[in-house]
This record gives sequence, structure tokens and C-alpha cells, in this order.
Amino acid sequence: MQSITEHKGCRASAKTGRASCGSQAGRGDLPVEIWERVKNHPCYSEDAHHHYARMHVAVAPACNIQCNYCNRKYDCANESRPGVVSEKLTPEQAVRKVIAVATTIPQMTVLGIAGPGDALANPAKTFKTLALVTEAAPDIKLCLSTNGLALPDYVDTIVRAKVDHVTITINMVDPEIGAKIYPWIFFNHKRYTGIEAARILTNRQLQGLEMLSERGILCKINSVMIPNINDDHLVEVNKAVTSRGAFLHNIMPLISVPEHGTAFGLNGQRGPTAQELKTLQDACEGKINMMRHCRQCRADAVGLLGEDRSAEFTSDQVMKMDVHYDLEMRKAYQKRVENERVSKVAAGQKELAGVSGEMSAITVLVAVATKGSGLINEHFGHANEFQLYELSTSGAKFVGLRRVEGYCQAGYGEEDRLSVIMRDIRDCHAVFVAKIGGCPKSGLIKAGIEPVDQFAYEYIEKSTIAWFRAYVGKVKRGEIQHVQRGVPPRWPGDRISAA
Amino acid sequence: MPFKIIASQCTSCSACEPLCPNVAISEKGGNFVIEAAKCSECVGHFDEPQCAAACPVDNTCVVDRALPRYQAPV
Repeated sequence: MQSITEHKGCRASAKTGRASCGSQAGRGDLPVEIWERVKNHPCYSEDAHHHYARMHVAVAPACNIQCNYCNRKYDCANESRPGVVSEKLTPEQAVRKVIAVATTIPQMTVLGIAGPGDALANPAKTFKTLALVTEAAPDIKLCLSTNGLALPDYVDTIVRAKVDHVTITINMVDPEIGAKIYPWIFFNHKRYTGIEAARILTNRQLQGLEMLSERGILCKINSVMIPNINDDHLVEVNKAVTSRGAFLHNIMPLISVPEHGTAFGLNGQRGPTAQELKTLQDACEGKINMMRHCRQCRADAVGLLGEDRSAEFTSDQVMKMDVHYDLEMRKAYQKRVENERVSKVAAGQKELAGVSGEMSAITVLVAVATKGSGLINEHFGHANEFQLYELSTSGAKFVGLRRVEGYCQAGYGEEDRLSVIMRDIRDCHAVFVAKIGGCPKSGLIKAGIEPVDQFAYEYIEKSTIAWFRAYVGKVKRGEIQHVQRGVPPRWPGDRISAA
Repeated sequence: MPFKIIASQCTSCSACEPLCPNVAISEKGGNFVIEAAKCSECVGHFDEPQCAAACPVDNTCVVDRALPRYQAPV
């Protein structure tokens, strides 16, 4: 596992000035064998998330621990966050849904079991689903996510089930901190509480991670950042999981509002600010890749990250669909996607070559409106989120997401929405869009954010680098003066989440 | 015989079902129910009633005080 634990991520290398990111279709400097295993996995490869989709099937409703940020009683089709589903599925219903989705969305390459409870607290349903899917759709990659409590008992079953990737949620390695996050666990037919519960949990999580790493299964660690409880501690968690062979670390912001009925929501525990989250992610970056494109999706999400299509695949609809698995069609489609990816990277590399001779210490942040495929293909007014790229002479580095509520919402306060978006991306120098109306355009210019629409439907990396090149040129010629933009939005008034 | 599930609070998560040593818990029309005649409070099997220990919602797997054995003698 040395090759996994010791590699430096693509973003880490961008930091040190080496322009390796983006080479070989987004591989960065990942070892070839690892890249082969993650290149089509939207959650494990940041580049893949532009092109490939995943789905979760909600076959695992039971859980064996209680977390203070979770309340699975709440269910709403309009809510998008972990632990939320609209309907539970049996393994048989799940496999039918998988085939229906694979037929409709040929870029769906990954099936995950992520609850709404814990995949391994429902071992019979989880492993039956995986076996049925392997039989029906052998090209789909399997993954599951778990809190890790039952993990050591199922490592060999996971290997036999041909699971490619496992995500373990690890929020602490110190039981004293754990006691503030987990009120209880159910283990060995007994309910444990307090520090004793957290000690058992952390020991089982780390043991399970080590066992999976030994067997060559790629492990992603999810951590929920909870200000004043585990925020500083997550650096230590990062070290602990990196040394045990984790491949990717995903630090997510706590989602906490009273309406969700979670313990943290009700006691007023706040979530982190976008800036706090980014600072922590930056502090952890180094020996392990940090995932920054997580959308904290539902346990029955379907589609590209950030574009949930689960409502199209309810059990009723799936039963009506004519489903038969067409492997050839899927392969042909995915081949087209691969070709597109290669040309996207080549275009970016070519543009980067033009800027590499420039010596400039300038870095700027830009926002991009995109629907996927690595293209600038979203209308400013329709964007629910902007992808943030940090531009420098070493390239365009993806650094996170800013979620906003759509500007073009019929009916109310359009002027208001514009000012919300401008506040949300006020630390950006420019916003890249496929199209933008005259009114928001002049509003943005007034606020000092350049609306860029001349790269509509072109590749993100290539276009942002081209723009950056021109920007640096103008600064050099003294046509404009480079100024640092304002600070990013702050909690609590700002409805933002980054990454 | 004494445990019952308060249906209005049950999330139907199924955590209790496989844990019951007496196979007294089943799903009926989307709700989980305990067959009172089979429930032994886990006495002789485990230190604590498994359904109540695993249930994610407090006070949802509870002793059924309506049963005759809990009523004061006449």
C-alpha cells in the first residue's frame, strides 16, 4: 500500500508549483494502477465527476450507532443530504432500479450502498444486493459506506463481494471528542454510551481501515467538520487515516438546522464557514488527496454529483420501465466520454504551455457555471452552484463549490437573488458562464466581478487558463491593476457551503 | 411478553428485527410489531432487551404496561 499512502495528490503538486495536474486525462501523479481504479468513479476522482454518474440504493435502513448530526426519521424528496431517502428498497427492487438507471444514464458507472442507515448494519440486504448487481451488470463498480463499527467482521465478505471502494466515516480518534459526537453505539448485543462507546468505535474503525488497506481495497474517509468539537482534531484524524492507507479524505461541513431534528440542529451547534472548511482542507492536504467536490448527497441519489435524478426512478416508475442491460451500448457511450476527456485535457495542457513561460505570483479565484462534462455550459441564472477554480501559472486548480439558490426563480425578488449570488462569490475575480442577461452582467461588473461569456460551451480548464493568461498580460502592460478580492462569505448570514 | 413498538414513533429502520432471539418481531404493512406472546424481554439470552437497545428513537421499544401482568391485583 506504500504507493497509495505516499503519493502526493494532484492538488498538492499544484501547490508546489509542478504543473502535473491534468496530465493523462486528469490522472495527476497518481500511480497508474490506482488511477485505473478511480478514473470512472465520480466520488473518488475529481475529474471523473464531470463525466460519470453514480447511484445509491437505499437497501440499508438500520444503523448500529447514533450520531448527533443524524436524524433518519426525516424524509423529504426536496432535501438533499446524507441519511435522507424517499423509499426503502429490497435487494430485488434495487437491482431492477440499477438496470433501469444504467440503461437511461449510460455514464452511470458506480453503485453505492450508503444507507440511509449503515451498509454493514444490514449485512444480509447489502451483500445480497451486491451479488445480484454483479450478476446482472458486471461492469458496474461497487462501493459501500459505513461507520466502521461492524467493519472488521465483514472485511472478507467485502473482498468476496468484489467491492472496489469503501468509505468510512471517521470523525475522531480521541474517545473524549467522540463522546460529544456519538451518544451511543450498539455493539455485541449491548448499548454502550459515552467515552466507552467512542473508544470501541474508533478502535473498530481504524482496525477495519487497516484490514481493508492490507487487502488492497481503496478507502475514502469521510469526516464531518463540527466547529469547536472536532475541527482542530481532524488534522490528527487525517494523519491517523493516512498512515493506515486511506486513499482520499473528504472533510464535509456539518449540516445543522433545527428543522432537521438532529441533536446538533436542536442544540444550536453551528456548521463551519466556507473559509473555515477550506483552511482545514488545506491544512490536511499533503500526503493524501483531499476531496473537495462532495455534494453530501442523499442515500438514494442518482446521476452526476450535483444533479440528482432520483425522482425519475421511484419504484413505481422503475416497474413501468422496459429494462434490459445493454453492455455494448454502455461501452460505446463511455468510449465517447473517454475521447472527450482526453481532448479536454489536451486542450488544457496546450493552453497551459502558453502560460508556463510567464513568471507571475498572481493567483486568482474564479467561479464557473457548469452542468458537467467539464464544460462551461450553464446559464448564470440557472446555476445552483458554482465551481471554484484557483488560477495560477501552474494551472487551474479546482478548490471547491459554492452553492447558491437559482437566480432565475420565477416570482420573487430577482434583484435580491443577484445580490445573494454576488455576495456568495465575492472573493472571485470572474464568473464563467454559458450565457448571462444584461442586468446581472452590469451588476457583476459594478461589483468588480468580471462576467465571462465568450468561452460558452468550451472546456473549463482551457478557458480559465486562457482568460488568466490574458489577465496576467493586462496586469503586466499596466492596463489593469491586480487587486486581491474580498474575503469569502461568512456564517451565519451567508447560505454557503464550500466543497 | 412485555415489549411493544410505538408505531407512531417507529422509523421502520428494521434494526430490531434480526436481533430478537425469539423471532418475535416482523414487518406488517410497513410497521414493525412485536408478537407479545413470543417476547421474553431477552431474559436468558442477553443482558438487555435487544430491540430497545438498538432502537434509534428513544422510548419507542417500551414495556407494554397495558398487559395484565402489570396491572394491580384486584
